[in-house]
Amino acid sequence: MASPSLMDTLFQRSLDDIIKGVRQQQSSTESIFISKVIEEIRREIKSTDLRTKSTALQKLTYLNSIHFIDMSWASFHAIECISSPTFSHKKIGYLAISQSFNESTPVILLISNQLRKDLKSSNEFEVSLALDCLSRIGTVDLCRDLTSEVFTLMSSSKVFVRKKGIGVVLRLFEKYPDAVRVCFKKLVESLEGSDSQIVSAVVGVFCELASKDPRSYLPLAPEFYRILVDSKNNWVLIQVLKIFAKLAPLEPRLAKRMVEPICDHMRKTGAKSLVFECIRTVVTSFTEYESAMKLAAAKIREFLMEDDPNLKYLGLHAVSIMAPKHLWAVLENKDVVIQSLSDEDPNIKLESLRLVMAMASESNLVETCRVLVNYALKSDPEFCNEILGSILSTCCRNVYDVIIDFDWYVSLLGEMSRIPNCSKGEEIENQLIDIGMRVKDVRPELVRVGRDLLIDPALLGNPFLHRLLSAAAWVCGEYVEFSRNPVELMEALLQPRTSLLPSSIRTVYMQSAFKVLIFCIHSYFLQKEEMTSETSTPAFMEEKSFMHESIVNLLNLMELALGPLSGSLDVEIQERAWNVLGFIELVRQEFSNPLIRKEANLEREKVIASRVVEWVHDAFSEELGPVSVTAQDRVLVPDELVLKENLTDLEAICGGVELPSPGSFSLTSPYYGESAGFSVSNLQGEEDSEPSTESTSLLTEHRKRHGLYYLPSEKNKILANDYPPANDPSSGINTNDDTEDLVKLADQSLVSKRKPNHAKPRPVVVKLEGGDAAPVVSKKPELKDDLLSGAIRDSSSKRKGKAKHVILPDSKENLAVGEQPNHENPSSRRSQHRGHGKEKSKKSRGKKNGDGREDDGEKEREKIRDHHGRHKSRQRADAPINVVAQTPDIPDYLL
Amino acid sequence: MIKAVLVINTQGKPRLTKFYDFLTVEKQQELIRGVFGVLCTRAEKVSNFMEVDSIFGPDSRLVYKHYATLYFVFVFDSSENELAMLDLIQVFVETLDKCFRNVCELDIVFNYSKLHAIIDEIISGGQVLETSSTEVMRAVEEISKSEAASNSISLVPKTVSGWRSR
Repeated sequence: MASPSLMDTLFQRSLDDIIKGVRQQQSSTESIFISKVIEEIRREIKSTDLRTKSTALQKLTYLNSIHFIDMSWASFHAIECISSPTFSHKKIGYLAISQSFNESTPVILLISNQLRKDLKSSNEFEVSLALDCLSRIGTVDLCRDLTSEVFTLMSSSKVFVRKKGIGVVLRLFEKYPDAVRVCFKKLVESLEGSDSQIVSAVVGVFCELASKDPRSYLPLAPEFYRILVDSKNNWVLIQVLKIFAKLAPLEPRLAKRMVEPICDHMRKTGAKSLVFECIRTVVTSFTEYESAMKLAAAKIREFLMEDDPNLKYLGLHAVSIMAPKHLWAVLENKDVVIQSLSDEDPNIKLESLRLVMAMASESNLVETCRVLVNYALKSDPEFCNEILGSILSTCCRNVYDVIIDFDWYVSLLGEMSRIPNCSKGEEIENQLIDIGMRVKDVRPELVRVGRDLLIDPALLGNPFLHRLLSAAAWVCGEYVEFSRNPVELMEALLQPRTSLLPSSIRTVYMQSAFKVLIFCIHSYFLQKEEMTSETSTPAFMEEKSFMHESIVNLLNLMELALGPLSGSLDVEIQERAWNVLGFIELVRQEFSNPLIRKEANLEREKVIASRVVEWVHDAFSEELGPVSVTAQDRVLVPDELVLKENLTDLEAICGGVELPSPGSFSLTSPYYGESAGFSVSNLQGEEDSEPSTESTSLLTEHRKRHGLYYLPSEKNKILANDYPPANDPSSGINTNDDTEDLVKLADQSLVSKRKPNHAKPRPVVVKLEGGDAAPVVSKKPELKDDLLSGAIRDSSSKRKGKAKHVILPDSKENLAVGEQPNHENPSSRRSQHRGHGKEKSKKSRGKKNGDGREDDGEKEREKIRDHHGRHKSRQRADAPINVVAQTPDIPDYLL
Repeated sequence: MIKAVLVINTQGKPRLTKFYDFLTVEKQQELIRGVFGVLCTRAEKVSNFMEVDSIFGPDSRLVYKHYATLYFVFVFDSSENELAMLDLIQVFVETLDKCFRNVCELDIVFNYSKLHAIIDEIISGGQVLETSSTEVMRAVEEISKSEAASNSISLVPKTVSGWRSR
C-alpha cells in the first residue's frame, strides 16, 4: 500500500469541509465535486494513520447516506477502523459497517472477533456500539458466535448495557433460533424486573415475537397481564395490548379476563395513543364482548368528533375494522362518514369512501352510487377514480350480489364511463361483457347503453375508454336483436373515427358490424318469407323492418368502410375485412337487380344467398354462457402430455412471435377469467364460421368437442325452466331468499319479471367465485405464517423444554455459561422435546375438561388459584432455581 | 418494528437516512423520492399519515411531521402504534432541540454523526429502546465526552473544525 504523502495527512479535509463544499456547488457541478472528493477519499482511506483513515471513512459514510454514493468497496477499511483503540474511530467504523454491510459482504465474518472484544469492553459505549451494529447486520454466523456474549450482557449491572443487549435479542432469535434456549429465560426474567426502561425494551421484543407466532407466548400471559394492570407507562401498555390482541383469539378464557382491564384503560387514560390501541385491540380481538365493543364505539365517536385530522382518520380506520362484523358502528356514524367524503385530507376521504361502500346494501345501493358519482364529478382525478373503482368493486362483489336493478346498473356503467377523468375503462369493460353473459334480461338495456357509447364520436379520442368501447361494440354485435335501430348501430361501428382505435379493438368493431349485417339481412329474409306466407306482419317486426333498399345501403356502407382496410398492415384487420367483403360480394348478387328478376327468381335467390345467411346467423345466435375458472382443471390431461417440463428455452424462441396474438383478443384479462375465456372462444368460433358454408357444422363440432369448457347444466336450466330452479344447496339458500323477498317488495313489474332470471345466473357465479376469489385471500397469510413460524415454533418448543430442564445448570453457573450451551445442545434438546410433549398432552386434557362444561364456581376457584400462583411466582422470581416452578403454574391460569 | 427514519427537507434533499433493513443506495434513493413525491403534495393541517404500501411493500405505515423546512418521517409496520410513533418523532425533535438549542436545518446538516448517535439511542435495530429525551441526552453527552477524550489523546489536533455549535 502506498503511504500517503505528508501533505495529504496534514491538509485532509474534514467532514465539515466536505459538507460546506457541497453546499457551495451548483447542482450542475455537485456531482463533479463529489467525484473529486471520492478520489480524495480513496487515497486517504489507504493511509496507515487511523485518524486519516477514519476521517476518510466518515466522509464516505456521509456521502453514502446523503448523496447515495456506493461504499461497498470500503468495507475492509471500516473493519480496520473498528479495531482502533480510539473510541471516535470505532464509532465511525461501526456506523459505516451498520450502514453498508449485508449478508453478502465478503469480509463480514472478519468482524466477529472485534465484535466479541468490544462486547466484552469495560466501556459501556463501546459495548453499545457493538450491540447496535450486531442488531443491524447480524448474520447467522455472527449471531451464533456472539450469542453467549450477548447473554452475559443481558445480566450486566448497567441498565444501559442491559437495555441494548435486549435490543439485539430479536436479531439473534431471527437469525439463530438456537439462541432462544440460551437467552429466553433471561428475557422472561427481565420482564419481571422493576426497571421501566428494561421492561419497556423487553415488552417490545415480545411484541415483535408474538406478532409472528403468538401461540408460543400464551404461557407468559400472566406476566403480561400483570404489566397491563400495574404499568403506568403508556408505551409499555401499548405494546402489551398488541401482544394481547394476538393472544386473545387463541384462548377465549384469557380474553374473558382481559376485557375488563382493557376497558378500564380505555375509560381512564388521557393518552390518545393508548385509547386508540385499546380500541384497536377490542375491535380486532374482542369482538364478541358486547359491552367492550359499545365502549370502543363510543370512544371512536369521540375521535371522529375531534378536529385533529389524525384522530379523525384513525377513528374512521377503527370503524372500518368493525364494519364487516358490526355494521351498526358504521351506521351510527353515518353522518360523519358522509361528511368526511368532502374532507380536504385524502386519507380521511379514502377511509370514508371505504365505509360508505361498506354500508351499501341492496336497498340503498342506487342512492349511494348516485351520491358517490356526484362526488366523483366534483373531486380531483385521483379520488374520482378511487370512487369509481370502489363502486365497481362493490357492485361486482359475489357476482353482483347487491344489484337488483340491472338496467339501472348498466346505465350507471355507461354514465361512469362518460366522467371525464375516468380511467377505469378496463374494469367497466369486463363488467359489461360479464353482465351481458350472465343476465339475460338486461341485454336490451345493455345494447342501448352500448349504442350510446358507440355513437359518440368524442369517446373514441380517449385512450382510457378504448377497452370499454370494445366491450360496447361486442355487446351490440352479440345482442343486436335487441337493438331498436341496427342501421344506426352499423353506422356507429363503421364511423371514420374508428381509425383512432388500436387494431385489436378495431377488429372487434368489424366483427360486430358483420354480426349486425347478418342480423339485418336475416330479418329481411324472414320478413319476406312471412309476407309471402301470411298477409299480416307481426307488430314487432314493423319498427325494424328492412326494406330492400336499406339492405343495399348497408352493404354499400360496409363495403365503403372496409374496402380500404383490406390492405391494412394488421393481419387481423385485413383478414376480417376480406372475409366480410367476400361475404358482401356473395350476397350482393341477389340484391343487384331486384326489379327485373323480382318474381321469377325469388325462389332460386333464396337458395343461394339466404341459406348462407341463415347458417352464419345460426352460428352467431348460439347462446354463450360464462366459463368456470376451474373448467380447465376438469379437462383430463392426456397421458403423453408432459406439463411440468421446463419450457423456458421455448419461450426464448417463441416469445417474439407469440406476442401479438394475445393482444388481438382484447377481451382477455386476468381478473375475469370466465369472461375472458369466453370471449376468446367466441371470437375463435366466429372466425371459423365466417364465410364458408361448412362453417356451422365445423362450429358445432368444435363446440361438441370443447363442450366441457362450458357449464352445460346451468345453460339447460336457463333454457328449460321458467321459474327459479332448485339451486345448488350451497348458494341457493341465501341469495334466492333474499332476492325473492325483494321481488315482493318491488312494485315494478319489470323488476319482478327479471327476478327469477337473476337468481339463475348466480349459482353459476357462486361456483366460479369459489374457484377464484377464495384461494387468493386464504393463501397469502398462510405462506407468510409458514415462513416465520417454523423457526419460532421450533424455538418456543425448545424454550418450554428449557424452562424445565436446562435452566438449572444455567442459573448455577451464570458466568461460565459462555461456552456451555454448545456442549449441552444435543442431549438437552432431546429431553426437551419429550418434556414438551408431556406438557402439551396435559394441556389438551385440561382443555377438554374446560371446553366440556365449566361452571362458574370452578372458574372462581381457578381464579383464586391463579392469584396464589402469581404471588408465588413473584416471590420466587428472585431465587433463580424456583423459576422452574413457574411453568406448571401457567397452564392453570389459562385453563 | 421501525423500517426507516428519514429527515428530508422541503426541497426533497435527504438530511438523515436510516434504513433498518439493508437496501442498495439506488433503492434507498428511489424510496426517498417516492416518499417525498407524496409528501410535497400534501397540504398543511391534514393528517400525518400516508399510505405507503405501494412504496415500501405490504404492512407499511408512515407518519411524518413537518417542522419549518424539514419533514421528519418514520416508516414502520403493524406492531407499532401510529400515535405513539408521532410521539416518538416529537421525542426525537425535542432531543435535537435540547442538543442544539433551537434546532434548525443547518444544525442537522452539519452534525451528521451526532444525529446518528441520537437516533441510535432511541432506536436500535428497528426497535424502540428509549422514549425519554432526557435519557437520550444523557447518553449522547456521555458519548460525545468519550469521543472528545479519545481524540485529545492523539498528539496533534489536525482538523480544527470551525463549525462546532457547542
